[in-house]
Amino acid sequence: MNKADFPILQHVVYLDNAATTQKPKKVIDAIAHFYETSNANAHRGVYQLSMKASQLYDDARKTVADFIHADADEIIFTRNATESINLVAAAVFPLLKGKEIVLTVMEHHSNLIPWQQFAKKNGFTLQFIQMKPDFTLDYQDAEKKINDKTALVAFCQVSNALGTINDAEKIIALAKKHHALTLIDAAQSAPHMIVDVKKLDCDFLAFSGHKMLGPMGIGVLYGKKELLEKMQPYQFGGDMIKSVSLEHAEWNDLPMKFEAGTVNVADAVGLAEAIKYLEHIGMDVIEKKEKELLQYALQELKKIKTLKIYHAEKSSGIISFTMEKVHPHDIASLLDDERICIRAGHHCAMPLMHILGVPATARISFYIYNTREDVDMLVKALLHVEAMFHG
Amino acid sequence: MDNKDMYREHIIDSYKHPHNFGNLPHPTHACREFNPFCGDDITMQLVVKEGIIEKVTFNGKGCALSVAAASMLTDKIKGMNVEDIKKMSKEDILELLKIPIGPVRLKCALLSLETLHKALER
Repeated sequence: MNKADFPILQHVVYLDNAATTQKPKKVIDAIAHFYETSNANAHRGVYQLSMKASQLYDDARKTVADFIHADADEIIFTRNATESINLVAAAVFPLLKGKEIVLTVMEHHSNLIPWQQFAKKNGFTLQFIQMKPDFTLDYQDAEKKINDKTALVAFCQVSNALGTINDAEKIIALAKKHHALTLIDAAQSAPHMIVDVKKLDCDFLAFSGHKMLGPMGIGVLYGKKELLEKMQPYQFGGDMIKSVSLEHAEWNDLPMKFEAGTVNVADAVGLAEAIKYLEHIGMDVIEKKEKELLQYALQELKKIKTLKIYHAEKSSGIISFTMEKVHPHDIASLLDDERICIRAGHHCAMPLMHILGVPATARISFYIYNTREDVDMLVKALLHVEAMFHG
Repeated sequence: MDNKDMYREHIIDSYKHPHNFGNLPHPTHACREFNPFCGDDITMQLVVKEGIIEKVTFNGKGCALSVAAASMLTDKIKGMNVEDIKKMSKEDILELLKIPIGPVRLKCALLSLETLHKALER
């Protein structure tokens, strides 16, 4: 891995990887190559080109399945993690026992709003696992909130706003004790650590391709086969049917049942290429390297006295912070002049910002291509901002 | 455009030492507005007598641009006729701030004017 693999990184210091990641040339080329050599509608034609597109799409699904240790027919391609969660929220109702959905207070809006709507529509109540002052989940509270009334527990494995790594095993064990289903929002974990659905034994898991070197517009929903088989499709049209009369239709097998309309072959191919790129480095290596960079960044940022850092001890490569008397947007605007891209805002987690007692934070988030030099440039630029406002 | 142009000394000064910051005990008009994109939160309070702004304050949390704009706007409107204030637009704010502002940050600069207009409608 080398920064030179990423054309865009020649121009910027990119530290907003929790929002989206940059794409290596190999991924960009794989997408172009598909359109130049293999483009046809998958699962339609009997001609060779269509068969080639179908094969590439199925191969991509297999690559994704292997990446999280699932079976290929348990992988549904969606647009992104948000759509994956919406799919579950739209189709899971018949499988639920109990009347409460348990979430955490650190959810991204994508794992909050679909359940708010679900609760309103189906007469369910939402329960929230609280956070402790050290920015970790309160597992004692989880033991209270997850009980015999719980139908489903949906939670992020890594908080997008804070980086906190939640104890998925512990939450899933609690859910199982009460026969509740589980959904993991893995948007911030699947790109950065080994995620094994068999070992986790979760019922559903959602993530996005664009946060792991893949293209925008392709996401993944994993679901246990026996559950997906019992669920009804949530969108209808071509490709998701086996046979159709004017009055009736019979649904296709998994996973096609949940992929209505022309599928996104090009971006599935791009995502598969991204996964190959990550696996070539090794997810364990990626996790270790990010951890080292995170420690270095924390050590350097702590030298800036006006910073307040919102950070849990067990954390992924994300650091949220505020600077005394300076609005995060002013920090981000001024860093932009140094070609340093960081996020400022509520990170689609407005309830969490409310708990932190701030309208917004500045956030940096790392990925495989970030270096100590990036951190040094960031610190230098932050010191400049500090001097401007505190000088 | 360089963002540094937005952060000229007069803007930073206005942000650090805003004019008319605080609360009025008996406002005749008030409005609180948010900019969800930034998390800016501004409240404007006014005392209007016979169609003229007698007193005005603002408070809340915001970025340098939104606070500087509110500070300058509240200075400007004291003693002004309500009908003339209702006619104020983006251009008036840009004239007050005297800096170039990109489309993303324009919302920050205009928040106080929007809040003021809403307060006067009540």
